[in-house]
Amino acid sequence: METIVGPLFTGLSTGSILLLAALGLSLTFGQMGVINMAHGEFIMAGTYTAYVTQQIVGDAGVSLLIALPIGFAVGGAMGLVLETLLIRHLYHRPLDTLLATFGVGLILQQVARDVFGAPAVNVTVPEFLRGGVDVLGTTVPKTRLFIMALAVVAVAAVALVLRFTSAGRRIRAVVGNRDLAEASGIASRTVDAGTFFIGSGLAGVAGVALTLIGSTSPTTGQSYLVDAFLVVVAGGLGRIKGAVVAAVALGSLQAVFETYSTASLAKVGVFVVIVVFLQLRPQGLFTLRTRSLA
Amino acid sequence: MNDTALSRPAPDPVLVCRNVEVDFDGFKAVAGVDLELRRGEVHFLIGPNGAGKTTLVDAVTGLARYTGSITKDGEELRGKKVHRIARKGVGRTFQTATVFENLTVAQNLDIAAGASRGPLTLLRRRKTLPETVTDTMKRIGLDDAADTLAGVLAHGRKQWLEIGMLLVGDADVLLLDEPIAGMGHDERETTGRLLHDIAAERAVAVVEHDMDFMRANASRVTVLHGGAVLAAGGVDEVSADPRVQEVYLGTSDHQETADAAAA
Amino acid sequence: MRNFAQSRLGTLSGFAAGAAVLFGLAPLVLSGFRLGLFAQFICYAIVAVGIGLAWGRGGMLTLGQGVFFGMGAYLMAMHLKMADAEFRSGPGAVPDFMELAGIRELPAYWVPFASPAFTIAAVLLLPTGLAAALGLAVFKRRVKGAYFAILSQALAGAFAILLIGQQTLGGFNGLSYFRYFFGFTLNDPVNQRMLYFITAAVLLAVVALALQLRRSRYGELLVAVRDAEARVRFLGYDAANVKVVAYAVAALFASVAGALFVPVVGIISPASIGIIPSIMFLLGVAIGGRATLLGPVVGALAVAWAQTTLSEQFPSAWTYAQGLLFVLVIALLPGGIASIPKLAGRVRAKNQARTLEATA
Repeated sequence: METIVGPLFTGLSTGSILLLAALGLSLTFGQMGVINMAHGEFIMAGTYTAYVTQQIVGDAGVSLLIALPIGFAVGGAMGLVLETLLIRHLYHRPLDTLLATFGVGLILQQVARDVFGAPAVNVTVPEFLRGGVDVLGTTVPKTRLFIMALAVVAVAAVALVLRFTSAGRRIRAVVGNRDLAEASGIASRTVDAGTFFIGSGLAGVAGVALTLIGSTSPTTGQSYLVDAFLVVVAGGLGRIKGAVVAAVALGSLQAVFETYSTASLAKVGVFVVIVVFLQLRPQGLFTLRTRSLA
Repeated sequence: MNDTALSRPAPDPVLVCRNVEVDFDGFKAVAGVDLELRRGEVHFLIGPNGAGKTTLVDAVTGLARYTGSITKDGEELRGKKVHRIARKGVGRTFQTATVFENLTVAQNLDIAAGASRGPLTLLRRRKTLPETVTDTMKRIGLDDAADTLAGVLAHGRKQWLEIGMLLVGDADVLLLDEPIAGMGHDERETTGRLLHDIAAERAVAVVEHDMDFMRANASRVTVLHGGAVLAAGGVDEVSADPRVQEVYLGTSDHQETADAAAA
Repeated sequence: MRNFAQSRLGTLSGFAAGAAVLFGLAPLVLSGFRLGLFAQFICYAIVAVGIGLAWGRGGMLTLGQGVFFGMGAYLMAMHLKMADAEFRSGPGAVPDFMELAGIRELPAYWVPFASPAFTIAAVLLLPTGLAAALGLAVFKRRVKGAYFAILSQALAGAFAILLIGQQTLGGFNGLSYFRYFFGFTLNDPVNQRMLYFITAAVLLAVVALALQLRRSRYGELLVAVRDAEARVRFLGYDAANVKVVAYAVAALFASVAGALFVPVVGIISPASIGIIPSIMFLLGVAIGGRATLLGPVVGALAVAWAQTTLSEQFPSAWTYAQGLLFVLVIALLPGGIASIPKLAGRVRAKNQARTLEATA
């Protein structure tokens, strides 16, 4: 039993970390086509939100639960400002958006460095998440289980919001056909800003959660960003479903590669697999096929 | 097909579509279309929005996957890549004229004329314009604009340039997607003459909404509706078809609203 | 003006002026140390010329040029380490950093780099080949735009991590302390100056090659692919091949720059080729004018100079400046500095038109 549960769990766990980092991107990149390189810095802002909250509140357990919504608000607010001041003006220049938001990311990293210092700061893991749980003969860390649970909750929340709320219907309408949505009286700019708020907020939540397993430093977000982008690329644009499957697949793949080689070769292996995969499905796992010139 | 109903004896078709179906995740954009294009004819494809006209053009040119068969001069095109089909002499234009805006008219045509150039020719500087390019510039009325950037051309002239690009590329099947969209009266007349001029030794298919332009210039018409052929034949014959009148010609005011929504 | 610049005479006088600055003026006014720095900046400028071609003319946002720069650098560095070891302890000796790490046996893949000819061939061919293979895989399947940018970035990330894991390539610290460059001692000022001249000559050659590509029919085709790839394919071209050539040439330039960077600077490590440094290569190109021939060169030199001058004194302020420059140039001046005269001309024309209207 142990032989199956171990790698399976590692894959699911890595996958859920990837998914948390990528979920917001699959909204902003996948649905809006905006490549926000500062997304990693929104994650980083989430990690520092957890840190600051813990400094103020003291109790690690309480502060974690408070920090999750605050992280969402912080990330979301940053996203809203970025969307309004910069991205909105670059909507038809996706590649330029990438570079401009990279510049924003550099600035945010330096802000973190100037405020909190370059070395990593320490966020204490709450008592109830320390240690492991026995699952079918394998001990799995509680922090990882918490992150998996949070990833499931976040995906479910996004899916429900998109499907059942009027805001979600508007988002889907704008993504599906911007002109038609506008003609039907939907204020697409407001919807864009709203989508960006949610996507960036999710980055903040991811950041808070990632303090449980990783370090909190100015470059924290950057280390997750490229992998998160790969998840969205492999999953297919505009598809939450794709992001979920791709995150778990890439997470498992990484885990398998790491078992048989080194972590550094695993990265290269995953990259090669993605390039080969794109040979078969250039548009990612799940795509809408429509009449288009692309 | 209702070929027998036409008065003139028809030459052998250059391009033949047989039972072409295009499926977008369960939605049949083109559902079993038969079509034949002949040299010397300006063949209009008409039908309401969503009838599958552009998708059919996409299928012929290799952009949309389909089942069925499309042959040119007897050779099957299905499964060939876009640029291979273009090299077989099947050229198309786009709904919005697509030219290389940052290059001059001459450069646009020179590129269009050079799909078969070898690497060595490509890596050298262009000394003089090929004769086909200068000839074609005259033919499409752009000989005064050789060094003008294509991006600053008037709307109508861009569309002529795009047609010119197919001509210098030696295409003998031309699929033109709304070639007179946004043109004024004079420009439409010029375009009509151009179509007949180039159709002399080529097969020309025109996707169009403008019924007057169709009546004035069509040698043959195919009406698509819901992805299938509703009627085909000469202009008068098709215009007289009650089914056509019902779904399309008779509801021209609906058509206008549909156009406005699509714009 | 335009005609003169494009005429053969114009081109020749442009190159003569460039050569006069690089070979006459610079060695005259710059001290040995500063000349060495300038040589380093020129390495970045060589990378920039390639990026200008692939990104500015070809529309491919190459966020992973650090990979090709790094390959060129490491290939050259391996040869230099081998040569040093051979000079110290005879053929087949293990380079010093391996001895320190306790590696007694020379890894098999190091062996051929004892040969200068093999090294140079590898510098010219390996990164170019990798770029061509990757380009074919990606562009043939019409993976483009943002997808391509992200893949190229991921490649840079994977490559840097791969290098950090390789103890036989110096791991995190990379390779450094080179004593000889093809038999010449590197700390001799005369040889340093010679190295500068080689670097400058390579820059001129790279610019000349890029110029020929831009002016050729291929150059027109590349712009056509950038602006309307679908149109090009429907004219019967395989647009992927057009892109692969520009991408591979950009990789070649980056590799050569990396190979020169190693003897000029004396160290190469994963830190200078990962994701961030790879994107940083683009800053100068964007500032100078991505679609122009000389804009990337001037921009890269200016950014490198500013970096050296400012980053040590005001590290925090310089990072803010870099970030702001990215935001401002990309958002407000996408054509870079090179587009200012044109913009100014347009504004002037508009003003004139307005005055004419007012007086009419």
